[in-house]
Amino acid sequence: MASSEGGYHNSAEYIQHHLTNLTYGKIEEGVTLCDGSIAEHAHWGFAHCASEAAAMGFNAIHVDSMLWSIGLGAIFLLFFWRVGKKATSGVPSGAQNLVETLVEFVDGNVRDIFHGRNPLIAPLALTVFCWVLLSNLMDILPVDLVPYLLQLAGVHFQKIVPSTDPNITLGTAVFVFILMIYYSIKVKGWGFLKELSFTPFNHWAFIPFNLFMELVGLFAKPFSLGLRLFGNLYAAEIIFILIALMFGGGFVMAILGGVLQLSWAAFHILVIPLQAFIFMVLTIVYLSQAHEDH
Amino acid sequence: MNFNATFIGQIVVFAIFVWLCAKYVWPPILAAMEERQKKIAEGLDASNRASKNLEVAQNKAAKKMTEAKAEAAELIEQANRRAAAIIDEAKAEAEAEAARIVSAAASDVDKERNLAREELRTKVAALTLAGAEKILQAEVDAKKHSELLDKLAAEL
Repeated sequence: MASSEGGYHNSAEYIQHHLTNLTYGKIEEGVTLCDGSIAEHAHWGFAHCASEAAAMGFNAIHVDSMLWSIGLGAIFLLFFWRVGKKATSGVPSGAQNLVETLVEFVDGNVRDIFHGRNPLIAPLALTVFCWVLLSNLMDILPVDLVPYLLQLAGVHFQKIVPSTDPNITLGTAVFVFILMIYYSIKVKGWGFLKELSFTPFNHWAFIPFNLFMELVGLFAKPFSLGLRLFGNLYAAEIIFILIALMFGGGFVMAILGGVLQLSWAAFHILVIPLQAFIFMVLTIVYLSQAHEDH
Repeated sequence: MNFNATFIGQIVVFAIFVWLCAKYVWPPILAAMEERQKKIAEGLDASNRASKNLEVAQNKAAKKMTEAKAEAAELIEQANRRAAAIIDEAKAEAEAEAARIVSAAASDVDKERNLAREELRTKVAALTLAGAEKILQAEVDAKKHSELLDKLAAEL
């Protein structure tokens, strides 16, 4: 399904195509369109190629990332909600076992790390873990499967792994960051500002230096959180795409590609829950720091 | 891979996820788990109590058993003693009876002998008298010699 069959002119185009989101946004007046013409007036619409999507700037939304993100979140919530509604305190079975194992796992981690009393932290951690896990799992689907099927249906771009979209991972991380700031101020009040000003050097003369250091550290948190997930999944996706290219390179290359595909998928199976776990633990740690008065 | 409003969208979407999870998903699951925990704790408690009760009951039963055994042993002992007493009594009675029978027999024998002796004596006296009459060929006046004869009979 690579270059020749998929209708791509070369490998670069294939890769480029697989890394372009289905983008809906505003094309400004004067932007060069995909067919080389110039947009005569500003209008909203789907981008027809990567350069159009890039030209939309911030006034655009990745429809595929958004829908997959919402869909996976809905799957998680509906599944857990249905099981929770029927949950029995008797002998659990099937789906309830799975759900309870996950809940217990997340709850255990929260109890270990987070010592404050906040009923939001555990559900937050569960949502983070399950959503990131489901999102990462999409990476296991063959890279061409869903995009190709949708292409047959007339949708030209599709990225099915929300966690390979930096907007999504940073959005999630920034949501955690917003909670961090909110609870820091709620729990510590002015103490939060004091903490930023007087650590690591507890002297008034160091206040500017401390503030600079602490703010850099503070703002680095959502970035490291979001970019770590993005980096891991994006890299893995690119490798899957490169392996997929091999299938168009003749019989021997296809066999080799199959072996590589299998082994990389096997390795990636480890990365998927690991990244979900790291994201969850860091979320709990950051929020725990927000609740701790020094 | 452009930075755009998807970022804002995800913040909003994720906030809704977390809110829904915290409000509708997490509580019933945790409630069920906690209730089960309580149930298990209660069950363990009850089983502990039951085994303790069982132990107490077993102890009680064992005590009752030993008591019953002791009572039975005492009863047997008593019965044995009573039996021995009855036997002794019976023996003593039998001996007494035997002695009585023997003494009665002995007195009977004495009586008979005395009777026989008396008879013999009178017969001897008569015989002696008859013999002496024959020897003397003379009539012996029994009335005359009765004193003599009585003396003779007494000597026999």
